[in-house]
Amino acid sequence: MTDWILFPIVLPLLMATLSLLPRRWRFDRELMAILGTLAHLIFCLLLFYQVKSEGIQVLQSGGWAAPFGITLVADLFAAAMLVITGVVGFAIVIYSLGTVDELRQTFGYFPMLHVLILGCSGSFLAGDIFNLYVWFEVVLISSFVLLTLGGERDQIIGGVKYVTLNLVASAFFLTAIGLLYYQVGSLNFADVAQKVGSLKDKSPLLMTELLFLLAFLVKAGAFPFFFWLPASYHTPPVAVAALFAALLTKVGIYVLFRFSSLLFTVQGNPFSTLILWLAGLTMVLGVLGAWSQTDIRRILSFHIISQIGYILMGLGLFTSLSLSGGIYFMLHNIFAKTNLFLIAGMIALLGGSYQVTKLGGLFRSFGLLGALFLISAMSLAGIPPLSGFFGKFTLIKAGLAQGAYAIVITSILVSVVTLLSMLKIWHHAFWKDHPEPNINLEKKWSEHGKSRIYMLLPVLLFSGVTLSMGIFAEYFLNLTHQIATQLLEPNIYIKAVLGRNTL
Amino acid sequence: MQDLLAILIGILYAAGVYQMLRHSIVKLILGLLFLTHATNLLLFYVGGIRGAAPIIEEGSQKMMDPLPQAFILTAIVISFGIVAFFLVLVFKAYQVNKAEDLDELHWTDQ
Repeated sequence: MTDWILFPIVLPLLMATLSLLPRRWRFDRELMAILGTLAHLIFCLLLFYQVKSEGIQVLQSGGWAAPFGITLVADLFAAAMLVITGVVGFAIVIYSLGTVDELRQTFGYFPMLHVLILGCSGSFLAGDIFNLYVWFEVVLISSFVLLTLGGERDQIIGGVKYVTLNLVASAFFLTAIGLLYYQVGSLNFADVAQKVGSLKDKSPLLMTELLFLLAFLVKAGAFPFFFWLPASYHTPPVAVAALFAALLTKVGIYVLFRFSSLLFTVQGNPFSTLILWLAGLTMVLGVLGAWSQTDIRRILSFHIISQIGYILMGLGLFTSLSLSGGIYFMLHNIFAKTNLFLIAGMIALLGGSYQVTKLGGLFRSFGLLGALFLISAMSLAGIPPLSGFFGKFTLIKAGLAQGAYAIVITSILVSVVTLLSMLKIWHHAFWKDHPEPNINLEKKWSEHGKSRIYMLLPVLLFSGVTLSMGIFAEYFLNLTHQIATQLLEPNIYIKAVLGRNTL
Repeated sequence: MQDLLAILIGILYAAGVYQMLRHSIVKLILGLLFLTHATNLLLFYVGGIRGAAPIIEEGSQKMMDPLPQAFILTAIVISFGIVAFFLVLVFKAYQVNKAEDLDELHWTDQ
């Protein structure tokens, strides 16, 4: 039996180190980035199939048994998230080859990209809360550098806000870790989950969990902590913004799911009502923010927030159906949202601006781009038979089954506004005539030479995934249902971690 | 000793939050530093501050829990790196913006 679980961590680390070497000691950086992320994707897929056929995979590093050593755990949820990280990383590298300028590439763009993938992979696999904290910091540091690399004025100012908010969240996270360790005396997820139940005084525990919740809500960009996200995501190159949109907030959400499954449930999930309220407010405020914007990247940034609300809705209801719907929605959203960011980059390249009012006439010249945009945009709004519909449908069904009518109505109304703001981009950028009457868009496009292919390939890939997630929705919903079942049965996880090696 | 440490941690948290809420961007860094120090001290406190050094030898007595101290070491290294990065970032922000007031940094929020 091979421990595939190690490879998604070791490989990006190796790639990051190798691509930092001086030029004469290494291969071409671009080639290494392509091959490295492709290999990462393949390892993630292998791990996914191993988890799917053999059950939860556990690696006790150094042979130290579970509560004492550092444990890596891959259950179905972690493995699925890893596969997505692999796909997104690979696609973003290809897109970066065509769009990220030479200066940024020289000053460590690709090494940092590898480190970000490393951090995300580590966060998904961590079986220990302090280990998770360290992976979070790895993600943070690499995202700081990627965000501010290039040193443009907006980047720096956006970076200050992003860094501050995330540092405060990290401080809260670490405080909560200290308090939890004081009460339980262990930080291994499975061990903590087992010991928490036998605590005599549970009120300090509630406060500790609230601190955890706070830290992860900041990372996830939920109400009322979302303002760092639209203040910074539109500043870096579009490839970086797309990568952040795909992975960063989702790491926060992933950890919330994990904590809910293992820790919060022990006390009968005290935060479910709170999370539902936050979910509703996040949805509404995010989408209203998006509606009021005219910069494409800012519209999309606000939509990230709005869709975090849907995922939180799945978490707040906390039934098998709602968790399944929430996870399906997260998977769909990563692909659709990343794709929209990538397309936004192409729109800006063609039209020369991110402001929708300055754009126009793209559909006449580039019908294919319009079609690709429409697939993702309609998927985001939840039009059947695209992937977003099945996510929202499952969530609403779960909400109705629980009698949570307020959140169901909110989510439907928010969908309509989502559609409206997507139509705003469509109407301005694609349908209306270009404000300058005699502009030749085809000529501008053909000036970009080879980078056109680099940009189009990932967009085609993501559009294909979005379409197939809608057409083969049954397979994906089955998968998310299995994930939800695993999350609702924390005993399987605990047994897998503690069972094999305990004396 | 233990109570004193607890009070000190509380003061550090309060000072950190207070400094972060002020206008100056330098005080923002100071606030973040206070906050991370408070957190590190909290981790130290959590391990218990009575007992011998955690080295197992003959006739060793009741010892401290070494694990939180390992946590602190990791956390200190991480916060050191991040604060170093943040200092450079803030300096750069001052260069491009020519203002030290956080209220002047609003234009990416529009």
